[in-house]
Amino acid sequence: MSTYIHNFLAYKELLKELVRRDVKTKYRRSFLGMLWSVLNPLGMMIIMSIVFSHVFRANIENFPVYLMCGQVIFNFFNEASTVAMSSILGNAALIKKVYVPKYLFPMSKVCSCFVNLLTSFIALLIVIVATGTSLSWTVILLVFPVFYVFLFSLGMGLLLSALVVTFRDLQHLYSVLTTAWMYLTPIFYPVEMLPGWVRTIVTHNPLTCIVQMLREVIMYGQVPDIRLQLMCMVPCIIVMALGLWTFYKQQDKFILKV
Amino acid sequence: MSNSIVEVNNVSMMFRLYRENVDSLKEFLIKKLKRQISYDEFWALKNISFQVGKGEAVGLVGKNGSGKSTLLKTIAGVLKPTKGSVAVRGTVAPMIELGAGFDMDLTAKENVFLNGALLGYPKEMLEENMERIIDFSELKMFMDVPIKNFSSGMIARLGFAVATIYTPDILIVDEILSVGDWQFQAKCHHRIQEMLEQGTTLLFVSHSMDQVKEVCSRAILLSHGEMLMDDTVENVCERYGEAQ
Repeated sequence: MSTYIHNFLAYKELLKELVRRDVKTKYRRSFLGMLWSVLNPLGMMIIMSIVFSHVFRANIENFPVYLMCGQVIFNFFNEASTVAMSSILGNAALIKKVYVPKYLFPMSKVCSCFVNLLTSFIALLIVIVATGTSLSWTVILLVFPVFYVFLFSLGMGLLLSALVVTFRDLQHLYSVLTTAWMYLTPIFYPVEMLPGWVRTIVTHNPLTCIVQMLREVIMYGQVPDIRLQLMCMVPCIIVMALGLWTFYKQQDKFILKV
Repeated sequence: MSNSIVEVNNVSMMFRLYRENVDSLKEFLIKKLKRQISYDEFWALKNISFQVGKGEAVGLVGKNGSGKSTLLKTIAGVLKPTKGSVAVRGTVAPMIELGAGFDMDLTAKENVFLNGALLGYPKEMLEENMERIIDFSELKMFMDVPIKNFSSGMIARLGFAVATIYTPDILIVDEILSVGDWQFQAKCHHRIQEMLEQGTTLLFVSHSMDQVKEVCSRAILLSHGEMLMDDTVENVCERYGEAQ
């Protein structure tokens, strides 16, 4: 175990450098640059707010903030797990030439999306101020849902990036899967509105719990109870363990298959 | 042996050559059920054993496909041997391809940090040695230009400059000196000699016998994955010359 930690520390600099590269190249040569990661979620929120509060009439109090809490979490998960999935295939040339711990590739992708998540919290803050939502001290507890979604995305990223090397179909299948996943996460509707069996699925979706926790601490000024904490923590640990195990088992085969 | 820095023990490397390419889960399951998954075994390396002492310069020679690059990759830790083991004591600077890991959208300077980190060099060290990297690569005017606008020679120069900025315990060089003009080649040779004098161990692959003779004292001849000879560079080159 200590050798793993030692090895990780030795390559910490590389992780930083890879994240820096992603962040730098993402908006390079666009006029607004990094500002896009604030403007993007804001624009999406405005469109979705108009659609859902005027067309579909979802009766949710403070809909813009409600929507954005869900969006911020789900978009991070979606983006991070999707880009992490192709990270091993995308770095094939490098994997064949230089020895580096391979988990750094999915990890760096999740971390660079995490930087994006942090900037989209600025957008969330703007919406909170604009809608006059009052914040209570519980807002500092948002580190919990943020931590959980990071862990969950990293676990999924490791799992997917290892599997996709053998089964390329996953690349195409996964976008369908995330669409289903999005509708099964209460981003723009309340859970209460769902009929029985769908509700069971939705309430057991780990992302639902994470989104709920974020809303509790930001919108309702509540401290998440131990049950909700467990419902977030347990799936995160399972996915993380599964991801690490699969990745570890598969990593020596990558070079033969990419 | 305690003073050997690289130990290769009975290394064999097998690749599977699949007759049918199975890339999807469905195909895989169907063929697995029908027991149609068939592949040929291809042994790129067969029972290779040798040791390299500290400070030695060893050339690997052989025709295309004889397993030279595969052997270097197992030593660099990129490939895991199917059988046998490789023990390496010390830091390895692999130069299997110059500029592997460069990001075309980043500037030369940013790439120095990225590539340096890939090779495991600390950032402070790269900053300290930035002047030397710029001097060596002769790219002073172009350090803030994205390298997608560079010529292949410029990229190779930058790659070599970064990889050799400090003296590693083991340097692995795989036919990279064929790029660039004669002046740059001479410069690379000079730098390699300098490193050898400082005690670096060198593993060198080249098709040019003259280059191997110039740099190495010992050579290993490979053919179809087997080690035919491990002797002084003169003897090996003579034998290799005969085979041609």
